[in-house]
Amino acid sequence: MTQAFRIENEGLINRDKKLSFKFNGKTYFGYEGDTLASALLANGVHLVGRSFKYHRPRGFFGAGVDEPYAVVQLYRNGETEPNIKATEQELFEGLEAKSVNCWPSVNFDIGAINNFLKIFLPAGFYYKTFMWPKSFWYRIYEPFIRKAAGLGVASTKHDNERYEHKYEYCDLLIAGSGPSGLAGAYAAAKNGAKVILAEDKPRFGGSLLTSDVNIGNQSGKDWADSIVAELKTMPNVVVKNRSQIFGYYDHNMLVMSEKVSDHLPSTKKYHPNKRLWYIRAKEVLISSGSIERPIVFGNNDTPGVMLSSAAKEYLKVYGVLVGRKPLVFTNNDSGYETAIEFKKHGVDPVVLDSRKNPESEIIDEAKNLGINIKNSYVVVAAQGYKKVKSADIASISEDKKQLGKIENIQCDCICVSGFWTPTIHLASQSGNKTKFKEEIDAFVPGQSKQNEITLGAANGVFSLEETLKTSFTAGSKLSKKITENDNEIAIPNVVEKKSSQHDKFWCVPLPKGKNYKRFLDFQNDVAVSDVEIALREGYRSIEHVKRYTTLGMATDQGKTSNLNGLQLVSEIENKVVPAVGHTTFRPPYTPISIGAIVGREVGKHSKPTRKSPMHSWHEKNNAVFVDAGVWLRPRYYKRGNENLFEGSKREAKNVRTNVGVCDVTTLGKIDIKGPDAAELLNRVYTNAWLKLPVSKARYGVMLREDGIVMDDGTTTRISENHYHMTTTTAQAANVLSHLEYYLQLVWPELNVNVVSTTEQWAGAAIAGPKSRDLLQKLFPNSDVSNEGLPFMGYMEGDLFGVKARIFRISFSGELAYEVNVESDYGNFMWEKIMEVGEEFKIQPYGTEALSTLRIEMGHVAGSELDGRTIPYDNALEGLVSKKKDFIGKRSLQRSAFTAEDRQRIVGVVPLDKQTSIPEGSHLVKDDKASLPNPKLGHISASCWSVEYDNPFSLAILKDGKNMIGQKLFAMSPLKNKVIPVEIVSSHYVDPKGERVRS
Amino acid sequence: MLYINCPHCGMRSQNEFSYGGDASVKRPELNKEVSDQEWDNFVYNRKSLRGKHLELWQHISGCRQWIKVERDTATHEIFRTFKADEEVA
Ligand SMILES: [Zn+2]
Repeated sequence: MTQAFRIENEGLINRDKKLSFKFNGKTYFGYEGDTLASALLANGVHLVGRSFKYHRPRGFFGAGVDEPYAVVQLYRNGETEPNIKATEQELFEGLEAKSVNCWPSVNFDIGAINNFLKIFLPAGFYYKTFMWPKSFWYRIYEPFIRKAAGLGVASTKHDNERYEHKYEYCDLLIAGSGPSGLAGAYAAAKNGAKVILAEDKPRFGGSLLTSDVNIGNQSGKDWADSIVAELKTMPNVVVKNRSQIFGYYDHNMLVMSEKVSDHLPSTKKYHPNKRLWYIRAKEVLISSGSIERPIVFGNNDTPGVMLSSAAKEYLKVYGVLVGRKPLVFTNNDSGYETAIEFKKHGVDPVVLDSRKNPESEIIDEAKNLGINIKNSYVVVAAQGYKKVKSADIASISEDKKQLGKIENIQCDCICVSGFWTPTIHLASQSGNKTKFKEEIDAFVPGQSKQNEITLGAANGVFSLEETLKTSFTAGSKLSKKITENDNEIAIPNVVEKKSSQHDKFWCVPLPKGKNYKRFLDFQNDVAVSDVEIALREGYRSIEHVKRYTTLGMATDQGKTSNLNGLQLVSEIENKVVPAVGHTTFRPPYTPISIGAIVGREVGKHSKPTRKSPMHSWHEKNNAVFVDAGVWLRPRYYKRGNENLFEGSKREAKNVRTNVGVCDVTTLGKIDIKGPDAAELLNRVYTNAWLKLPVSKARYGVMLREDGIVMDDGTTTRISENHYHMTTTTAQAANVLSHLEYYLQLVWPELNVNVVSTTEQWAGAAIAGPKSRDLLQKLFPNSDVSNEGLPFMGYMEGDLFGVKARIFRISFSGELAYEVNVESDYGNFMWEKIMEVGEEFKIQPYGTEALSTLRIEMGHVAGSELDGRTIPYDNALEGLVSKKKDFIGKRSLQRSAFTAEDRQRIVGVVPLDKQTSIPEGSHLVKDDKASLPNPKLGHISASCWSVEYDNPFSLAILKDGKNMIGQKLFAMSPLKNKVIPVEIVSSHYVDPKGERVRS
Repeated sequence: MLYINCPHCGMRSQNEFSYGGDASVKRPELNKEVSDQEWDNFVYNRKSLRGKHLELWQHISGCRQWIKVERDTATHEIFRTFKADEEVA
């Protein structure tokens, strides 16, 4: 296949490197440096998709980020990505792409029948048509819309690409590398400021790449190249292409997406696909340029109708002719630049200028080249279905209301220029109050809110000379503020031929008897008539008109449609545009891939994984792990073919009969020191702490100020002014913050310091009737008898040469101890315990057995302390001091908390002693009652009692105190279970607590 | 993302901090009789102001100090920051 529309000796592509690619299954060739769009156009392919609503044929409208049509599905290296703009996607060897939003093919599309039914699809048609009958929605309308309205298909596979995040700080961040960006960056860099210059395209230079201007004694492009080359050598400057700054957030933080690998056939080893930069800039220079505005006329969505700047870019950058019989339709000088480029390459354009007598150097040049120019002329309608074949044109009256006689002229493309719209998205996102600038018919940045300044075309300044002057000055001034250097930059002379005057004209009236569709929003198929309907139906706010018509709501965010929409509303409403207002610009400026936003925080990396020092032992001994917050904990140690139920039952049983050991390293630990430590504990715990002797531990409960239980745990007095607090695994961080809050802000007079020591200690709980015998063998020199180390006692011991802390505390309800050693000795401790414990038939036990043991003992844990319960609810009211004050005490007087029938913890046993009750089940009186069945309580935790060999659960039950012995039903609609149950005491095993003291 | 000047550490990004609510709330003294209304005001009732607001943040991934931040709740502008024990004039 030849590239029939490629011309010689023009463009910045590399003709030495030919690339093959596939579009809709057909193979084509292009060159390195092409975009998919330019390569397709070089091959004469103009039909790339179908429109969203009417499925009308779609071609290319722009040449960059503003492209509304040419959105394709991309296939690269075995992966697929939707919503790719062909105008931005650089060509690589083997690229494959397909049209979206068409079925079965782009040439014959069934959905196009909507086009002939368009009378049924006006503004708000989704709201109106699909509302009735209601039952049709799920079965008929939604599947139809979903199938018809696709803009590509997201991959369902795992994304194998890597995405990185980077944090950066700089003095000046410059968005855009056109004339203003380069001048600003250069001046700031010369003053020694730390500069980041970001360009979203592969090539630097912006408008200088395509415009016929001179700066100093160089062409615009050569000047840009030399500035960029110099910037790249400066150590204080970072120059980035393929990098889109898409969001401007608070306190001058901007986010940039760098496409590292999208232009390559596959991502290089160790490279990311994209890199997301979080940049905190002292000053931001927005030089994002402007986007050409369309003029609205009949059938202006026909393939072959495109922005005149795009046609020029395809020619100047890619050496591609978008047509051989071009018609240029303009209301300003920009159209002439395009016409002259065509003419220079042997193509005869016709120029229609809506202005009557425009004058400028560039128009003279066009005339001298013999270009056919028709003044006060407009395109009324494009003709042709899949490609422009001709145009209906006419003269237009001075007031732009009356059309002359319609003539038809042959053409194969229509290049439109309705003047320029500054790209103010970033400025607007920063909080800048934008203002309407009458002479350019567009909004420009106004009062700055953050440290940002907008320059050049983005600020509505279209003269190159003024742009360079203001940008050099701004770059110098802003950098001087930071670096205090003041290097003078000589501002070069500028030769520019076009003037920046334009005709305030944006929409061609319909000729009598014709009702051509005149599109405003090309991606969402919103036409002039749709906006008219919305206004007729009473929509006034531009935000409402936008949502009702979907104007500007497509993936291009109305980059080419916003202003024309506003013009239309202002004209119908007879208001000036600023009174209509514009919709808010929000990040991202252009679609950003989710992968880049997520970065490396996927899968296992989405949160840190914490492992205890004994982790490798657990792994070697067949532990099945479970996530406990960010910790990995053994759930049970699998033997043979055991499942979780069998394994945990065996482990729990062994604790009740022999001895078991459990890794409790994950418990939060806080070291508390200072003369007022006891006073602090006395204020944060509900029970009394002032008289706890040295070498004694005490169980404590702490509340939030609203009376709800926050956490529980034991705290041990190590020495006179030194305490060791434990918290639950889940609340460790919150409890530390809580203590710091009171010490730093509420009671700064207390002389206490707190610090987390969770990671400093490895912990092993040794539990079971034989635990003391084992302990004695582990610590032969210590007296661990019931007298030497009584229940809730503490001592230090020597574990085969390693200093250990021994606490006699119990979570399992058995005679039990907890041994702590410094983390580095954790594995040593564990192995010694297993080795010495062998003769006592020791087995390690995991969290599942741990739960079983605590549940059948009626010990509360996270599932009861769930942020909704007070001490009474957990049968902990005995630990609430009546004498002293403490955090949250006053709240316990609230009437709901003291109600006679207040909820309370109970035990629950199924009547059949067989059926396990799902956690979360509701307890109800009558299983046949009509829904919603009044809920009396809920099952908080369930286990298989190893003591009684039947299921047992804990529940929080309304009036639980008086419900013991009652028969209720546990209902779990999720598991579709209704289980008759009996309410029993929550202390199912050893209610008097004799074992722990034995 | 806000940029907060920790009086102990300097300028740090918001993701190092955790928010602690209205800094003007004073906890009633311990062991003092408190009416239901006073207690409700302390525990629950907050003004949710639009505009300048003195609030608490903890530099949780830094020095772990609780600090006071004077911030505009509508614009996010931060005017001043204070150490926990500094009086705010
Ligand atoms: Zn700090």
